[in-house]
This record gives sequence, structure tokens and C-alpha cells, in this order.
Amino acid sequence: MYGLIWRALPGPLLVRILLALLLIAAVVAVLFLWVFPAIEPHIPINEQTVGDLG
Amino acid sequence: MTQLDEVFGDQEQRRRDRRPDTRPGRRRRPPRRGVGSRIAGVIGEILITLGVLLGLFVVWQVWWTDVVANRSAEASIQQWESTLPESGDGIGEPRYDEPPLETSVAAGQQFATMYVPAWGQEWSYPIAAGVDYATVLDNGFVGHYTETALPGQLGNFGLAGHRQSYGRPFHGVDKLSAGDEIIVRTANAWYVYHVSDYEIIKPHEVDVLAPVPRQPGVQPTERMITLTTCHPLWSIAERYVVYGELDHWVDPADGYPETLEPISSEVR
Repeated sequence: MYGLIWRALPGPLLVRILLALLLIAAVVAVLFLWVFPAIEPHIPINEQTVGDLG
Repeated sequence: MTQLDEVFGDQEQRRRDRRPDTRPGRRRRPPRRGVGSRIAGVIGEILITLGVLLGLFVVWQVWWTDVVANRSAEASIQQWESTLPESGDGIGEPRYDEPPLETSVAAGQQFATMYVPAWGQEWSYPIAAGVDYATVLDNGFVGHYTETALPGQLGNFGLAGHRQSYGRPFHGVDKLSAGDEIIVRTANAWYVYHVSDYEIIKPHEVDVLAPVPRQPGVQPTERMITLTTCHPLWSIAERYVVYGELDHWVDPADGYPETLEPISSEVR
């Protein structure tokens, strides 16, 4: 899986490393900004109010 | 690691391929991997990916939500303070007479700032109307249960806040002891409450927010404050509740409460 991605990256080694880091940064950004905030309410670790259906 | 080896190996191989290899019997390609080993490789990669995702989720929850919420809290306090009228420069006289009347604001809006000197002189968080997670609590605000009294008024001023993540305003809730000050500043007054007691309750015990805490239906004669947050840390099993009573109030035109003196330049 990751081997395929690595082989699909163009350019010499240094460019590939930079592209790979960029890809990782993009994935982390998507997770932090959209994915994690969307799934967090379904993971019951954070309830501060009384009357919550805990 | 094996992936990288493979990659570097490939390049090595390509470089050799460019030169004509005249040595007989030399194998040009590494042996093909069997189906079983490929499947195992893919499963391994999936498991590693899941592990990394879980780790990232923890980093997001424990660190990133604090960063975002604190930024939003600070911006809100600054914005709100800029709307306040000019206030007194110096320690204000404690008042024990009838405090001013407060008016409610729209849900999600900041209407007060909270100071708890026991949690550090620089500790301050905005208080907004409502206890909605998305718009209030997860935004770095302390939330006001709008069905409870407004600050300084007869009855119970009920607040909720995160104890961990999202700025964790109430992180130090278990370090409060009787007599510690909880200071709430509105546009009209500084209200200085003194912590009286704490309790660990089940999440459904909403009577802690009654006008007289724990005695629903009883007519209030005191001006109370109640903080609720989760307990134990990282659990939703119980709630930590802190009670306080109004000690005095200070007219902002006169000055600020004595306990806030060291940060006077900031809170003015």
C-alpha cells in the first residue's frame, strides 16, 4: 500500500521525500480539522454538564 | 523498514539494469513474494495505520483542542472587554448591598469573564450563555445553564466547563478549597463568590442547579454559584460539583476586586 504510493511519487529521492511529507501533513490536517471533530461526539469521554444522558 | 529497503533496493536494481550485465547466471530481479506474504504485508500496514490514527486522535484531543479553544477564548475576552465602558483604575470598594440587575444574552454569546485566583493570576475564561458543546463548551467557553440565575442574582448561577481538553477551563476544580474566590465580571459588576463546598454526583442529579442547591422548590435567599464538570478525569461516570456563595460585589466604575491586584493592568 505505502510501497505503491512511494513508487507513484515522481522525481529524485529528495523530491519524493518532500512530497511524502506533504502528503502526511495533508492527511493530518484533514483528520484534525474535519474527521476527529466529527467523530469525537460519538466517543463518550467528555461530558461536563448535569442532565446529560451519560 | 522493509518498504524502504525495497525502495532503495529497486533503485539500486534500476541503476544496475542500465549497465549491461554480462555476468552469466546473475539474477536480475529479486524473487517474487508469495500471495500469503503479500496479504500479511497489507494486513500489517493496515494495523500500523490504525495504531497511528489512534495516536493522532489522542494528540488531537489532548493538545490540539486546547490550542484552538484557548485561542478562541482569548479572542472572545478581548473582543468583549473592548465593548465595556471605561472602568475604575485601582482596587474597588467591596459592596455588600443589593447588586445590580443583570440581563440575559443570546445563546452562545459571551456576557461575563471568570477569574479564579487559586488557579493562577493569569487564569481567565469567557462565560457564554448555554451549555451547548459545539458552540460554547468546545469553543473554550465556560457555559451558563440559562435556566439558572444570572450572576450576582438571588438563586444559583450554574456553570459548566471542560476539565480536560478544549482549553480545560475547570482543570483545577479539585484543587479548590473552601474560601477560595470565584470572580465573575459582567458589564455591570464584579461578583466575588467564595467556595463553600464540593460534591461528586451522578450525571442525572440536576438538583445541584436548583435555586437552593439540592433543595428544589425552595425559595432562595442566598446568591449561589455552582460549577459542574466531569469526574473522574477522562470519564463520564460522574460529575464534580463546586458550590460557592456571593461574598461581595465591586462597582467597575470604582475599580476591581482586591485579589486581582497583581494583574490589574490586564483586567482593567
